[in-house]
Amino acid sequence: MSAADPLVEVRDLEMHFPLTRGVIFQRQYGAVRAVDGVSFSVDRGETFGIVGESGCGKSTTGRLIMRLLEPTAGQVFFEGEEITHLGRRQLAPLRRDAQMVFQDPYSSLNPRKTVGSIIAEPFIIHREARDAEERRKEVRELMDRVGLNPEHYNRYPHQFSGGQRQRIGVARAIALKPKLLVADEPVSALDVSIQAQIINLLQDLQSELGLTLIFIAHDLSVVRHMCDRIAVMYLGKVVELAESERCFSEPRHPYTGALLASVPVPDPSISAVGRRPVLKGDVPSPSAPPPGCRFHTRCPKAQPLCSQQEPPLSELTGGSLAACHFPLEGYSSSS
Amino acid sequence: MSALLTVNDLKVSFNTEDGVVHAVEGVSYEVEPGKTLGIVGESGSGKTVGTLTIMGLTRAANTQISGQAIFDGEDLLSASEQQMRAIRGDEIAMIFQDPLSSLHPFFTIGAQLVEAIRVHNKVSKAAARTRSAELLTMVGLSDARDRLSSYPHEFSGGMRQRVMIAMALANEPRLLIADEPTTALDVTVQAQILELIAELQAETGTAMIIITHDLGVVAEVADEIAVMYAGRIVEQASAAELFANPQHPYTRGLLASIPRLDRDRSSGLDPIAGRPPSLIAPPSGCAFHPRCPRAFDRCPAELPPLEPAAAGSEHLVACLLSPEERSVKQ
Repeated sequence: MSAADPLVEVRDLEMHFPLTRGVIFQRQYGAVRAVDGVSFSVDRGETFGIVGESGCGKSTTGRLIMRLLEPTAGQVFFEGEEITHLGRRQLAPLRRDAQMVFQDPYSSLNPRKTVGSIIAEPFIIHREARDAEERRKEVRELMDRVGLNPEHYNRYPHQFSGGQRQRIGVARAIALKPKLLVADEPVSALDVSIQAQIINLLQDLQSELGLTLIFIAHDLSVVRHMCDRIAVMYLGKVVELAESERCFSEPRHPYTGALLASVPVPDPSISAVGRRPVLKGDVPSPSAPPPGCRFHTRCPKAQPLCSQQEPPLSELTGGSLAACHFPLEGYSSSS
Repeated sequence: MSALLTVNDLKVSFNTEDGVVHAVEGVSYEVEPGKTLGIVGESGSGKTVGTLTIMGLTRAANTQISGQAIFDGEDLLSASEQQMRAIRGDEIAMIFQDPLSSLHPFFTIGAQLVEAIRVHNKVSKAAARTRSAELLTMVGLSDARDRLSSYPHEFSGGMRQRVMIAMALANEPRLLIADEPTTALDVTVQAQILELIAELQAETGTAMIIITHDLGVVAEVADEIAVMYAGRIVEQASAAELFANPQHPYTRGLLASIPRLDRDRSSGLDPIAGRPPSLIAPPSGCAFHPRCPRAFDRCPAELPPLEPAAAGSEHLVACLLSPEERSVKQ
């Protein structure tokens, strides 16, 4: 993997949402530290996964990369250019090159527009395919490409099932042949048999169009299936960053290990109930994260040091990065 | 062992403006004391409506219900609303998917637990409160006494689901129906809740029906599994048998379409083509035939009965393919 030419890079990214009191005279009394010092880079053509439980900051990270949010600190680079604080007009090229697929195919499509005009909208906004006839042709090709019947051009979103709506969202996202696609939980609202269809579609499109994909999900099996590299997030921090296969076969951060052990396996002969290490308690609030290592309150391996000093994300033997004072030995989770 | 709950040819349909929705189309199963039955299916397969009907929660002017649900010698489907009120929450309890909307936001956890106990038992408020604190301790909440005066919004999703479980177990039910009990939870919390349910079940000997779309969850907790599609059970077997030797093309399709942590990553996903059928105008014959890679000329014409996969087998399957044909790799 060439680290020389990353498509996306984030450095020490922070997003703190203020918590305020009062209606007219608003006073800030705290902040939700949704993303709190995250750095990674994503290479061209790579599928980069971001996993974690609810509230870990994975979606916020995706939105910061898309510049749907402006970070409170840190930097975002796209194709080597800093886009951290660009204004609306200056962001226009990014809006074309980076696209997003959302989780809920019910609320991400305008119910009052036909599918044809939803998919045609990127062309209009970016003044491409100006001729209506040409636009129609492009849209029909796109619909065919994502597995929708082009004859359904004039139908409305409510006439489609969840899986088909997600296909509409994908067609809209790839209309302008973007370089980057950020998919935020693209399959978690779908039925099992439909999930696989959308996963296969994304993989096909990626190899055809040479897309770089940032795949945000909570479902570890789906992430492992899709991604080349994975960042595991916990309370606004990346706790482990590794190649997908290595991350799953040799998790180094105790949180990654616990996450993997928590996934139910559809095979009763290796059922884990009663044998797996169950994490105690819930994720602490991101507005008052624990001192030191944020995971120490739930960590089975925590030592006194963990509550005092925050471990940096550092490279371990084998190439994985983990933020832990006492990382797990490389072991195989399948044994 | 005689069954605790016997469901016989349960049918449920709803009249709607668009037509009659055939949600459940003749479902039969048994739940034995202390055992867990898993019902698996995708949205619209009828897995939830079937159990809601058994609990008497779908009774409305536009609903037609037929069949039997014999619990303890009594048919729940013909029981009066008064009788059902006595059974619900006492003999049979239910855990729902979304713990936030199943707890009342205006009342404290304690008040809701005390009510659940006092509806079915003549005990003093103080005694019910003590029992509530015991229940919260049992489901793993610390400082149970103080927690009683908390409101649902002060709890996280996992804690709320623990409260729901405590409430369901308050009167030591003989049957617990859990409808997607962990779907709204994070994976580490899901592991905690599954563990808790397994422990409590071993302690109390409660029989359970768990409804889920997650094949992983059902593999971990169920003894027996029924796979539903378009309102019918298409396959039923013990958990070990079902996963080792799936017979119905739909079950096989489901298993092939999930990425798995215990398999090689390079093995691709094999999705089921198409989408779940309309329940207003379901396909003729076997409802799965339009999506089935193995469909042949009899499938659109004949409704396959749920029969033993091989003579004398307890593995039931509803498919017109012969046993030899079914075992061929797709």
